[in-house]
Amino acid sequence: MFVRIADGESERVVVLIDGTPFEGCQGDSIATVLLLTGKIGCRRSFVSGEPRGPYCMMGVCFECLVKVDGIDGLQACMIPIRSGMRIETSIDQP
Amino acid sequence: MNLNSCDFAVIGGGLVGATIARGLASGGSRVIVLDEGDLALRASRGNFALVWVQGKGSDMPRYAEWTCQSVSLWREFCTEIEAETGLDVGYRQPGGFHLALSERELEYLRATRHVGQQSGTTPYPPCEIMSASEIRSRLPHVGAEVVGGSYCPLDGHVNALRLFRAIHRAMIVHGVDYRPNSRVTEIEFDGAFRLRLEDAGTIKADRLLLAAGLDNARLAPMVGLAAPVRSQRGQILVTEKTLPFLHFPIATVQQTDEGTVLIGDSQEEVGPEGPVTTGIASVMASRAMRMFPSLAELKIVRWWDCARVLSPDGYPIYDHSESHPGAFLATCHSGVTLAAAHAKLLVPAVLNGKLPEQFAAFSSRRFDVRAHC
Amino acid sequence: MKQLSDLDDLKHVYDVAVVGGGPSGMAAAAAAAAHDLEVIVLDENPDVGGQIYRGLRTSPLDRRRILGSTYTGGDDLIREFAQTRSDYLPGAVVWMASRSLELGVSKSRRSRIIKSRRIILATGAFERAFPIPGWTLPGVLTVGAAQGLLKSSGVAPLGRFVLAGTGPLLWLFASQILSSGHAPVAILDTTRRSRQLWASTALPGFLTSEYFPAAIKLIRHVSANIPVIRGVTMLAAEGRSSVSRVSYRRAGRPPQSIDVDHLLLHQGVVPNAQLPIAAGCAIRWNDRQACWQPVIDQWGETSIESIAIAGDGAGILGAESASRSGRLCGLNAACKLGRIDTSGRDSAAAPIRRELARFARGRRFVDTAFLPDRAFRVASADTLACRCEEIRGRQITELLDAHGAIGPNQLKSFLRCGMGSCQGRQCALTVTEMIAAHRGVSPAAVGSYRLRFPIKPITVAEVASLPQEPCDRRAVERI
Repeated sequence: MFVRIADGESERVVVLIDGTPFEGCQGDSIATVLLLTGKIGCRRSFVSGEPRGPYCMMGVCFECLVKVDGIDGLQACMIPIRSGMRIETSIDQP
Repeated sequence: MNLNSCDFAVIGGGLVGATIARGLASGGSRVIVLDEGDLALRASRGNFALVWVQGKGSDMPRYAEWTCQSVSLWREFCTEIEAETGLDVGYRQPGGFHLALSERELEYLRATRHVGQQSGTTPYPPCEIMSASEIRSRLPHVGAEVVGGSYCPLDGHVNALRLFRAIHRAMIVHGVDYRPNSRVTEIEFDGAFRLRLEDAGTIKADRLLLAAGLDNARLAPMVGLAAPVRSQRGQILVTEKTLPFLHFPIATVQQTDEGTVLIGDSQEEVGPEGPVTTGIASVMASRAMRMFPSLAELKIVRWWDCARVLSPDGYPIYDHSESHPGAFLATCHSGVTLAAAHAKLLVPAVLNGKLPEQFAAFSSRRFDVRAHC
Repeated sequence: MKQLSDLDDLKHVYDVAVVGGGPSGMAAAAAAAAHDLEVIVLDENPDVGGQIYRGLRTSPLDRRRILGSTYTGGDDLIREFAQTRSDYLPGAVVWMASRSLELGVSKSRRSRIIKSRRIILATGAFERAFPIPGWTLPGVLTVGAAQGLLKSSGVAPLGRFVLAGTGPLLWLFASQILSSGHAPVAILDTTRRSRQLWASTALPGFLTSEYFPAAIKLIRHVSANIPVIRGVTMLAAEGRSSVSRVSYRRAGRPPQSIDVDHLLLHQGVVPNAQLPIAAGCAIRWNDRQACWQPVIDQWGETSIESIAIAGDGAGILGAESASRSGRLCGLNAACKLGRIDTSGRDSAAAPIRRELARFARGRRFVDTAFLPDRAFRVASADTLACRCEEIRGRQITELLDAHGAIGPNQLKSFLRCGMGSCQGRQCALTVTEMIAAHRGVSPAAVGSYRLRFPIKPITVAEVASLPQEPCDRRAVERI
């Protein structure tokens, strides 16, 4: 779990994470808000199904893949959140 | 026993060389395979993994026959490899398609598939030309632009990389001495063969098989043979893994048992070190998308090119040397489809001392004849 | 600086295309643009700063205080870049930079190819892989990841967390997170213990370098407030659906463990050289830093005409050196494109080279001190060497035992290591080191994965949208 400790009054942005609204800040990446909601795992490995989540937060590990507004397989750490964005993790899928 | 002498030296550790080396060693011969290094051109690593008969040899019936013989032996070959190595190469034979995206392409398929012939009366495999709706009933995901295609029930595919690994493993299991980083610079002959290596070592062999792909062109004249092969680049795109959706191989689009989708392929008369060609990748990708619209959002993770080894007519060359008895040559560009024939039909012929009459059509002498015409 | 919003805003041809918006990229663009060249900076991030100055442009005061002067030191450069005439496109992934000087650019799931007369690659570095058992468990992140969260969003780990590994960044972050009021439970320090280090000839350079005073202060701050367990020789992350414990060993002592919510790993950074390697630039093995780096000359020029590398992408030298080397690349571009002559270039470069020399002082010591132990540069039997394809250390050693002296590309095709989405970023060094150890040779003799464009995955639809010529169609359709 991660927590915001300094936000400098950034503009608030509301997104949907697996159907639940979450208020993040302008400039947060999708991976950031996932970590803030405690979703440290966001998908399952294609090979064995073991849980995976954000690791490098800079686009070089390809672990933080999520579905955004219906498009699958996007790197959550490389996408800034925008108001109304629908983010879906796949870790709870069989 | 001298570590650097053997019954059979095989130059080339690709699919062709490794398959034949395994067969020679399993018969009891001491075999050394001399391979190049890690960055060598390797058609064996970049192929499309089809085990395919349709459309082959439309102007050389003997090749159609050879290909069909190989495919009829493929299941048996595959079972042997799996028993020797514990590795499943993923061979599947659900039948395969060529899809036409225009009437012109469909016409081409009609002209080159020897359709409607009784099996047994010709060397050509049974093949059906299908309309768009017939295709759609077999491949429900297919795009609206597909106007028809050809289907052959004998076609299939394999996991190419696991196949290559398994054959390498199998040859080692049979006791083949595999030597990478061992490029051959010269071959001398005094009744036996003396191979000089780039690192100044020497290998002595009673008999020799050249299976070095493009490098056969350089090596063959050293033993009184000819391998007039050229490089033809082929490019392939590979997607990320996705859930199984394509259960039949299409000649240019297939889903592997790993879940990746292979998209091919091109034929360019250049070597593999030529400049990047995004235009070709674009054509392959757009054709694949027109065939299967759901491919659009899959990501391309790898994009490979490889050098096909092509003889002047595109068909294999199998030869034995008259001037240097004991030297053989094997080159082809369908090392996957022909692997079973190489293992089960070519190996015994080579062990026999000379290639029998049924291989005459594949000798490089056919090019001399054509040159004179 | 003109911020573009869309792929379509890009010109077809630029004088200089800079890939990367960190300190080396901004400095290169500023230097080139100052000579009236048409410059584009293509940045995959949403804003300038790269990793070290991530989020700096919009960083609020409270964050700045926590992060310190190594962070806020980027303000001047960002301001300078903002005042240049350079174009800037954020969110743009460059997946190709070919020797024919074409760049493949992807943004918002669309791709375009543009040309440039010169290319400066400023792609910086990424963290060295840290293969330990359980390193793929959710809750295990890199220290760089945690630092980026702090920089971009003011976010810190909650609960019990441990920093493990070695390297200046680990200590810097420890100090920063301490200043934020959140301390790790412990630091598991894997720095190699070596008496020889303190007697080494590199030591005086370090003692008289820019880094020394700051380093001492940092280490004191951290050591006074966080338990540091030194001489760690083995690490493992344990847990079921996420990490819940980290176990460790020290030489001659029984294994111990610490309950955690998060484990943050770091053992140095390595050049992000995917683009130059795929382009075919010559690379060499840097033994002191145990990584590959592209071969460059004193102007950052690679073995490919008109492609240069600025900053850590050609060899880890740190942020201060990065901006200086960026300036040299920009100056050289201006010279090659006829805006200044060689003597003008050389005299402008002279003071920059003096600064580079200043910042180079002490690097040799830092590199040697913080080089990870070999045990952490390879994957043990049960550890995943390749995360994407889930290949364990055991599978690699068994294959090498069975097949002999095969190289990384043959190994890749046999096991699938390096074939996943990350395209070998997390396993290439591990595989090379394991082959080298197995054969008893230097990694230099082993080589690395051959890379191809696209160096980041792009969709089939994007590839299908690239320009096609009739000869391309003929090569594929063949009838």
